[in-house]
Amino acid sequence: MKRREFLKISSALGGAAVLPSALLSGCAPFPPPPGSGKVTVTPTVCEICFWKCAGFVHREDGEAWKVVGNPEDLHSHGRLCTRGTGGLGAFLDPDRLKHPLLRVKHNGRQTFREVSWNEALDYTADRLKRIAAEHGPDSLAVFSQSVGAQHFRTLAKAYGTGSFAAPDYAQCRAAREVGFFLTYGETIGGQERTDMANSRCIVLIGTHIGENLHNDQVQTFTEAVGKGATIITVDPRFSVAASKSKYWLAIRPGTDLALLLAWTHVLITEGLYDKDYVARYTLGLDELAKHVAAHTPEWAYLETGIEPETIRRTAREMAAHAPATLVHPGRHVAWYGDDTQRVRAVAILNALLGSWGRKGGFYIPEQVKLPEYPLPAFPEPKTTWRDAHGGKYPFAYGGVTNELIAQSSGPNARYKAWLVYEANLPVSVPAVADQIRRAAAELELFVVVDTMPMEVTGYADVVLPECTYLERHDPLRNEPRQRPSLAVRVPAFEPQYESRPGWWIARELGVRLGLEKYFPWKKYREVLDWQLRQVGSSLAEMERIGLKTFPRRNPEYIGAGEDYAFPTPSGKIELYSRQLAEQGFDPMPRYTPPEVAPAGFYRLIYGRMPAHTFSRTTNNPLLFQIMPENSVWVNPLTANDWKLQNGAYIRLKNQDGVLSNRVRVRVTERIRPDAVYLAHGFGHRDRRLRLANGVGASDTQLITQVKMDPIMGATGMRSNFVTFVVQEA
Amino acid sequence: MVRFAMVIDTRLCIGCGDCVIACKTENKVPEGLNRDWVVEITQGRYPHLGTEFRSERCNHCTHATCVEACPTGASHYWRDTNIVLVTPERCTGCKACIAACPYNARLIRPEGYIDKCTFCVHRVKQGLDPACVATCPTHCMHFGRLDDPNSTVSRLLASRDAFRLLPETGNEPQIYYLR
Repeated sequence: MKRREFLKISSALGGAAVLPSALLSGCAPFPPPPGSGKVTVTPTVCEICFWKCAGFVHREDGEAWKVVGNPEDLHSHGRLCTRGTGGLGAFLDPDRLKHPLLRVKHNGRQTFREVSWNEALDYTADRLKRIAAEHGPDSLAVFSQSVGAQHFRTLAKAYGTGSFAAPDYAQCRAAREVGFFLTYGETIGGQERTDMANSRCIVLIGTHIGENLHNDQVQTFTEAVGKGATIITVDPRFSVAASKSKYWLAIRPGTDLALLLAWTHVLITEGLYDKDYVARYTLGLDELAKHVAAHTPEWAYLETGIEPETIRRTAREMAAHAPATLVHPGRHVAWYGDDTQRVRAVAILNALLGSWGRKGGFYIPEQVKLPEYPLPAFPEPKTTWRDAHGGKYPFAYGGVTNELIAQSSGPNARYKAWLVYEANLPVSVPAVADQIRRAAAELELFVVVDTMPMEVTGYADVVLPECTYLERHDPLRNEPRQRPSLAVRVPAFEPQYESRPGWWIARELGVRLGLEKYFPWKKYREVLDWQLRQVGSSLAEMERIGLKTFPRRNPEYIGAGEDYAFPTPSGKIELYSRQLAEQGFDPMPRYTPPEVAPAGFYRLIYGRMPAHTFSRTTNNPLLFQIMPENSVWVNPLTANDWKLQNGAYIRLKNQDGVLSNRVRVRVTERIRPDAVYLAHGFGHRDRRLRLANGVGASDTQLITQVKMDPIMGATGMRSNFVTFVVQEA
Repeated sequence: MVRFAMVIDTRLCIGCGDCVIACKTENKVPEGLNRDWVVEITQGRYPHLGTEFRSERCNHCTHATCVEACPTGASHYWRDTNIVLVTPERCTGCKACIAACPYNARLIRPEGYIDKCTFCVHRVKQGLDPACVATCPTHCMHFGRLDDPNSTVSRLLASRDAFRLLPETGNEPQIYYLR
């Protein structure tokens, strides 16, 4: 409803002065209308996922009321998603970590004792000092996720380690970043640089926008749908996005690269590619044409199960809308062990369509030039995460969680201490359950900083309870986007229980370790204010407005015929990659057929759901109410073979004999008969998570095989198969 | 009479449930209860499928059987509009309205009285959209006046094919779904 339309309501109903209805006011036992008390508003940046939408926390008469989006924000356009709207649940969750915990032996059994902050911090600092003296500070490995990790990275760098790893690298989007970097010399970035609001054709390959509720990804996608853009969805499952599509290609799992090569074949052989763009900006078309010559739609049909005519028709449709055709780069792409190469094929396809740097394709992002708070130089670490890779993964730009975990136990263990921030390793990293157990037994120090009693805290020696994002300051949000902007997170509430902000915990440890010079401030707000003053704002201003937008310095798109240099070695878009060839990899993506499922087994596919962010929110008391558990999606033909009843509990058993929690069957036409689907994040196994414990099945637990991408170390997770165990549920 | 309506584009709805959470926080709906909900309907056989998502709630009928069924006058229209409200002080919790509602849109609060979607009348009074409409990340929901031919909702209904739930009841429901 528009404001103008409302004005007419007022006149029709006799003016606002006589409202509200007398019947509704002044009755103590019944709740008054929402918002009729004293309302206070505090700006925040959402932390329920990595999209980091700017918003406002509303309190009414001191009580938590609601969180809403900031209308100036490009990430949210004033609309938070399901999870962000439910963000108060993180604050209100009665199962939160409330006190520092120290592992002790009591009557021969290991247990946690609630201790004071002084005891927990002194213990941690003393151990860290001893470990630095005995093994060197680079024997500390840091696993982290999310924006608050910055405080602990500063601490760890000052301490002297260079070993950092985050699940969002090997388990998620790193293969995408490397694939695009090798092709364009630039990455996609945490905020995908997709210009979907202007796209006329969008191609989604296994990416399920709408179920992954990355806020303005969804908003721009549905805007394109509303404007009649052609959507082509490639997915073994009839995803929500598929239900909005003109074409759903129900591909045989693991064969996406065959389809991509066939599309490339059609664009080249039919001359449908952007000839000017390709001639002006790319390198290696001849080699590419030769490479895909044999990859006809007829060849791809035998691999993918997609009709040759459909492959041709969809390729032509992509070309017809180019350059406003976006072959979406996806996000979690760690699937089959050749993920960098598959993403390269996506990058190449976009180059042929001329969509990089073009309206409706990929825009050129900009961020605010924000100075870092001045700190002394960090000591040079003797070893880094790269040493843990042992010469593997030459194109890695970050530590591979699985490699660092593997080198944390045994006689030659590289790591003696772990600092884990907001990363629930047993649930987010596949195929390392035993290694985490061994590491926990052997590490001399295992520290976890978290807001919730996640599984990983159960292995720790010290648990340091952080307050939630609604109770703390954090580093400024400065994401590369269409328009540069800064957003600030201001605490709306005092830290609850004994929890403390991450910046305070990191600083207190730093002071105890003699590293105070890396924390030359008393409160983090001093850092924020200093940074904001360098760009003409202040914390006082930002505490009022929450978000400030800055002008762009350069155009958002590459101009027609512009002499544009790409930051690759050749200055061109590299269809043929000499960098890959020099390291002994295929210079152009080569297809390998997927393995065949054992008899009676089905390929396990997993994904997101809009109500939750992985396993982090499944215990959130607000979000739990709309999605308490997951179910396993099974095609009716498969269900019939196994006599599976819709809604009944069964268990899943994988190819290595691992048995899941009990999980409900969802018999649905929305999935291929040769695959099953689980929403990720369920099946928690920690009694302290009173809502989520034991509810639903964990895909991570069933992913005991990973295929490492030799180029950069992504853990391909879609090579696992499950069968049904009906009688044990 | 001022006729308020909600127009929801099923082509855009993704069934994310944001409308449900936004309603629960905005209106402080007790744990385990909700005033709106999402329905998913899949039709066809693999691989020829269609899935529709619908955000549902009280239809704020212009001939509301719940208002007629209420013996105490607790269920009533807000002023000269079709917004159906319940006055808790007058509600005895007899549940006659629950039996009379074709949409199962009413709920019993722990205190014993009946609760339901108010179209966020406290926001409408300020010229704001209901919380569900204001938060929807797909922009599939619209709210406004159907007695105004130039309102967004009127123009959407004039230009697109729409349907209502159970129109055969004669209740004249005021939630419209665009196909």
